[in-house]
Amino acid sequence: MIATRVARFDRTERAVHWCGAILFLVLIATGAALYAGPVSTLIGRRTLMKSIHVYAGLLLPIPVLVGLVLRSGAQLRADVGRISRWDAEDRRWWRRGQRGRARLGKFNPGQKLNASFLGAAIVVMLATGSIMRWFEPFPDAWRTGATFVHDWFALGVGLAAAGHIALALSDRDALGGMVRGWVPASWARAKRPAWYEEIASAEEADAVGAVGDLVTGPQ
Amino acid sequence: MSVAPRPTVHHEVRVGRRVFLGLVGLGAAGIVYGAHVQDWLERVVGPVISKDGTGLSSLLPIGRFRIYTVTGDLPWRDPAEYRLTVSGLVEQPLDLGYDELRTMVPTSMTRDFQCVTGWRVSDVQWRGVKVRDLLERAGLKPSATALQFTSFDGVYTESLTLEQAQRDDVIVAYEMENESVSREHGGPVRLYVAPMYGYKSLKWLEGIRVVDEVRPGYWEQLGYDVDAWVGDSNGRDDAAT
Repeated sequence: MIATRVARFDRTERAVHWCGAILFLVLIATGAALYAGPVSTLIGRRTLMKSIHVYAGLLLPIPVLVGLVLRSGAQLRADVGRISRWDAEDRRWWRRGQRGRARLGKFNPGQKLNASFLGAAIVVMLATGSIMRWFEPFPDAWRTGATFVHDWFALGVGLAAAGHIALALSDRDALGGMVRGWVPASWARAKRPAWYEEIASAEEADAVGAVGDLVTGPQ
Repeated sequence: MSVAPRPTVHHEVRVGRRVFLGLVGLGAAGIVYGAHVQDWLERVVGPVISKDGTGLSSLLPIGRFRIYTVTGDLPWRDPAEYRLTVSGLVEQPLDLGYDELRTMVPTSMTRDFQCVTGWRVSDVQWRGVKVRDLLERAGLKPSATALQFTSFDGVYTESLTLEQAQRDDVIVAYEMENESVSREHGGPVRLYVAPMYGYKSLKWLEGIRVVDEVRPGYWEQLGYDVDAWVGDSNGRDDAAT
């Protein structure tokens, strides 16, 4: 049995990712219509744009929260743990000239940083956006502060999203992991060797025929 | 004396959690103290980026107005064709051209522009004609108690009591930051109500109607306060900023 594919993201993870991605894109588009001078003057319709932006914002944390509590979210929960933990190989990845030699796990440190930032951004944008939308109980200084934070985090989210999409498009195998759920075994061996070893040894330990992480490719 | 840290292969640190919690903390601190940071940025960085020729810095959220329009586009009227009418409960209805407005006694002021939702632009220079001067010229009938403002976008309306409208800091503005009020900012002529939240400063002003009772304007019909004093309305009851 020669494994040519390695399962990377299960259905739940992919559903969470793509629901979140669509909401992020809607928020970026309507946010631009509300905020960026040239775009907002082009589109106008302030009340409609605002409603869409607010509802999409309120929905944004739902996919990931649902995924985290679902029974089928076991792998998602495990991956959140992987994203949070950094080992010596991750630190080596940042060092000049060492990047190629780092034996990375399932995620590279850039992915970990991106995910941690976007996770925090969801919380921060939801809180500051709520203050801007339901401003009545808050002092003017807080309203101004919330707007200030919302603006700068929006800039960060925009840059992170642009970088994330550009990197995904530049590595079709990695992108396939989030589209089809699997990556070529050769990709996993080369780009994520520690992760590949981990699932390969787990597969060996499993009884033959048990459901594992390795998928047998088409013959 | 120094000891080089020797990380072991299995030594893991929860960096992701730290990044997450750190950013959430930063966001919370920003809500409370962000107004001060923004003031500082506008004072120190604002003048620098205003000289940036690339236009890229205009994407940065520093000292910017958000351009609001409630319709699908930005209305515009050429100054040569622009008319401002003052009608309703007046002795002598007015129909003024743009140049006529500019020959009246001007009033200048530098005040912050504060939006009810939080954004603020510090020290904006305004120039125009006091609403009070226009009302004096038209002559008020005894039954007059309030004003209704209309915009040539066809949708936006606003209101003020007579007492509010006759303040020194309520003007019909034709200049902003030493330039003619631009299309985005509600030009050629807009209302500027300095002591109130931004939505009271109606853009693309076309008509002032003197009436006998306050009629809630566009934003007020969507739930905003009619008397929109900065710091003393829309949920606020402390000293004005």
